[in-house]
Amino acid sequence: MKFRKRFRVKEEIPICSLPDIAFLLLIFFLVSTTMDMDRGIGLTLPTPGQTTEVPRGNICYVWVNAIGEIMCDGQMVNLSQLREKVQRRLSENEKLIISLETDPETEYGVFVDVLDELKLAGARRISIVSPEQSP
Amino acid sequence: MRFQRRVKVGTSIPTSSMADIAFLLLIFFMVSTVFVRYRGLPVQLPWAQKIQRIETKRNITYIWVTADGRISIDDMPVRLPEVRSVVYEKLANNPRIIVSLKCDRKASYGLVSAIMEELKKAGALRINFATRREH
Repeated sequence: MKFRKRFRVKEEIPICSLPDIAFLLLIFFLVSTTMDMDRGIGLTLPTPGQTTEVPRGNICYVWVNAIGEIMCDGQMVNLSQLREKVQRRLSENEKLIISLETDPETEYGVFVDVLDELKLAGARRISIVSPEQSP
Repeated sequence: MRFQRRVKVGTSIPTSSMADIAFLLLIFFMVSTVFVRYRGLPVQLPWAQKIQRIETKRNITYIWVTADGRISIDDMPVRLPEVRSVVYEKLANNPRIIVSLKCDRKASYGLVSAIMEELKKAGALRINFATRREH
């Protein structure tokens, strides 16, 4: 017994609207993408209890008090002087460690300004003194 | 004098590869999109010049500190003694976490320093002070 085929259906996936779909998704992702990156001053903290003996000559002390005055190695300086001074100290001694001690009452913005100046001066080894460590 | 036209150039823009271009861009935006996950607290970030980018958005934990001393970790309001356990938990889930400190420039340094101590104890040693670029 023979059946006769009635219809011949063309099997084909319609792809003419494919670019439309792609563009739709593209626009969605374009709009939802936020390109603002997180920026900031990076720092790696030491593990607690990790203390190393450092010769005193390799340390440059920087103090910041509650009203934002800066003292570097016993001299009152302002921000731009601090950069010059630290640059000079760094050129004399490459292994210089900068010890930054800030009063707890200081505004955080001042601390970031000082840290930024130290980074701009090229200091790589910065030690942030925590309040309980300070004598 | 008459010139004879030699070649007849068909003028039509080839659109067959448009879908390919669309898909290429689509895949780029799909990969680079990270949906905004946290709203944060209202803070005015300090300015700095020597800033660097955090490469991956996926490994960042945000800590917001407002000028009046409220702390929030990834949109969860916490008090200072809870910081350590919350960060420790996050670190257990993802050991490659970078903590981004989004502190107000008017916040007190003492609080930020105390948070840094807690992070040290929790073992989150890679931190980043979020800043804005100085103009």
